Amino acid sequence: MDIVVLVKQVPDTESLVQIADDGVSIKTQDIKWTMNPYDELAVEEALQIKEAQGGTVTILTLGPDKAIEAIRTALAMGADQGVHINDPAAQGSDSLATAKLLAAALKDIPYDLIIAGHRAVDEDNYQVASAVAELLGIPQVSMVNKAEITEGKITCHRTVEGGTVVVEASLPALFTTQRGLNEPRYASLPGIMKAKKKPVDVKTVADLGVDAAMVGAANRKVKIKALNLPPERQAVKMIEGEVAADKAAALVKILHEETKII
Amino acid sequence: MAQGVFVITEQRDGELRKVSLEAVSEGRRVADGLGTDLTAVVLGSGIEGLAEELKKYGPDKICVADDPALADYTTDAYTSVLSGLIQSADPAVIILGASAQGKDLAGRLAARLDAGVAMDCTAIKLDNGSLTYTRPMFGGKIVADVEIEGALQIVAIRPNVMDITEAAKDSAIDKPAVEVGEVKTAVIEKTMDTGDKIELTEADIIVSGGRGTGGDYAAIEALAAELGAAVGASRSAVDEGWRPHSDQVGQTGKTVSPTLYVACGISGAIQHLAGMSTSKYIVAINKDEEAPIFSKADFGIAGDLFDVLPAITEEVKKVKG
Repeated sequence: MDIVVLVKQVPDTESLVQIADDGVSIKTQDIKWTMNPYDELAVEEALQIKEAQGGTVTILTLGPDKAIEAIRTALAMGADQGVHINDPAAQGSDSLATAKLLAAALKDIPYDLIIAGHRAVDEDNYQVASAVAELLGIPQVSMVNKAEITEGKITCHRTVEGGTVVVEASLPALFTTQRGLNEPRYASLPGIMKAKKKPVDVKTVADLGVDAAMVGAANRKVKIKALNLPPERQAVKMIEGEVAADKAAALVKILHEETKII
Repeated sequence: MAQGVFVITEQRDGELRKVSLEAVSEGRRVADGLGTDLTAVVLGSGIEGLAEELKKYGPDKICVADDPALADYTTDAYTSVLSGLIQSADPAVIILGASAQGKDLAGRLAARLDAGVAMDCTAIKLDNGSLTYTRPMFGGKIVADVEIEGALQIVAIRPNVMDITEAAKDSAIDKPAVEVGEVKTAVIEKTMDTGDKIELTEADIIVSGGRGTGGDYAAIEALAAELGAAVGASRSAVDEGWRPHSDQVGQTGKTVSPTLYVACGISGAIQHLAGMSTSKYIVAINKDEEAPIFSKADFGIAGDLFDVLPAITEEVKKVKG
């Protein structure tokens, strides 16, 4: 089973995100970068499938120079090789253009299965994986917390509002991960040492045969006009009282009479 | 030239989802602002009755794609049918709910139609005939205003944010022939939560517990039951195995926008705050008066949740009397 995992490097979720002076991007200097947490689940799942069935795990990412760190992390976890689309012309691509670049790279990588995070926790677009599946003409199943492969098919437990839907898809297929799928392993020290020697193929937009006029920040269909901080709330009103019952009564009075929620 | 607003509604077991009523209501507002028509489409099997329900929200046209092959949502069948309908109607704007289904569908449809998507929007602004979409990013730490270039714009709206407005109209009803094309996926089983469990992303009130519960959710569940609320959890509570992943609120869980969010024993890690900051009112209950959660709350009680919550439950009972 040849598996490709789509990975993105994103700001750590514990990072404070600040708006840059241009008003349409974020300040990147003080951010701790990490592999998108849903992509860690994807790497782990790919490794577990490979360990059970044999095959290869290839990590595919689009990003600047530092995005190699995310590839190396996945290689240290146990993936075999990486493909890094690294080209200034590709930076700042929106979701659809990103998907076009990834799909173009996937034309040269053999795969039976593609696994990706269901979203990246930076722009929260929930789009790249679905678009890649469409561009490749393969089925997709989103937000999966359990997957089983048998005889050319994958059976996925897809989380939906208030329940789970079991979906069967013919291979090759793509699925996206949801929390609960597995517990990603940590890279071991020998794993980290080995990762340094594993091959990472670097590709430019021209290498992929993608028209540069379709990708990159200048060619976004979805244009960011402004970034803002969420509106600040007024200072908290602390509810005082001698005992819990007094505080509870005061709170419920407010919720009932002022906000009219109860 | 592309024109008109096209709303993709979602039904489950013959019932329209709340976010779809929000989408049709918002679609009506956008269509009126643009001076154009609103079409609502519903897909499923044996769903003719839903057209009457949709009329209440005022679409000019209702398109019912009724076919046994559409009984369950599959990405491939729904994308094929919808892209056919969209190509023949040639709308300028497509609105759908950013539900599990909408999130799965939007990217696929966008790639097929070569359109931009504004995902999980909390507002649509109309100015001189052009549309700006407000959407949280970084789990809500940042809010972006985006515009979409191209003949077609796809907008997925966040559940529970936009208003439902009734504006009944005698809509024209169209029942197009359905062609699902090649389908490579099949739904083989569905397991839905039993009882009256309320979905977090659709809940009007959420009572949420964190590390401070020590894993004991009885007081939280009792208050939630009294309020008709959903129960949520912080990441640490989920990591401890106290609650299922589906209960997690935060940047790596669900983003919620209830009218009232009651955070109990949750310190307020930045990734949790990101997931609930669009709640209308936030109440924080925590032993630690210095907990960061209080800086994001409207009302705070410094105290032990095991004393405070039962007292609140009693007070709610009295008020509801």
